[in-house]
Amino acid sequence: MPLTILRVQKEPFDTAVETAPLMAGRGDIGAVVTFTGLCRDDGGSLAALEIEHYPGMAEEEIGRVVADACARWPLEGVLVIHRCGVIRPGEPIVLVATTSLHRREAFAAAEFLMDYLKTRAPFWKKQHGDGPQSGDWVEAKAADDAAAEKWGG
Amino acid sequence: MRALYFAWVRERVGLAEEEIAPPETVKTVADLVAWLKGRGENYEAAFANEMTVRAALDRAHVKPDALIATAREIAFFPPMTGG
Repeated sequence: MPLTILRVQKEPFDTAVETAPLMAGRGDIGAVVTFTGLCRDDGGSLAALEIEHYPGMAEEEIGRVVADACARWPLEGVLVIHRCGVIRPGEPIVLVATTSLHRREAFAAAEFLMDYLKTRAPFWKKQHGDGPQSGDWVEAKAADDAAAEKWGG
Repeated sequence: MRALYFAWVRERVGLAEEEIAPPETVKTVADLVAWLKGRGENYEAAFANEMTVRAALDRAHVKPDALIATAREIAFFPPMTGG
């Protein structure tokens, strides 16, 4: 069974610190892929994103997506940390890390995890700032659904 | 059963959660949405575009034709925008 670490938290995270346990004491792991999603200010008017989540289901759904990834690829470890609460531009929102003996599995699984998390994990972003979109909820993108669907049922 | 609302569904309903007691004729998630819409303008506004609102029964995603049966918790929310 791969080592899995899943967490929803308000605090920022340090990628190096968080991914260290995936490789600790392991001389056989040949690849670690990490993806960090950041809070992005498109037009210069975003003060912060407020991320709402469904406590309980968020953790369970991330667990289901991770189990799906582990069934598709021979992974040694998977880490998913998703933040909630108020996040400012430049701060990290989500961290996905995968380890495997060879790089292809780790790359593919990390991309799969992000595509599935975006469309299945119950998180919602609200925009705060001084622009016209302040107070609006970020709308889901059809491109994200298409990205998830390309992996098949 | 307990009903939970998130993001703009929560804002339009005006509640984060509540206890509901739908009649026995309410069998599916779609039935429940129709019943909720009859409870007031706030529910009408939240479910104005029924195809957009997603649902989860006992913390798992479901389609509108899913049977509620013995579920203890139902949640309604917009398409997800995490990651």
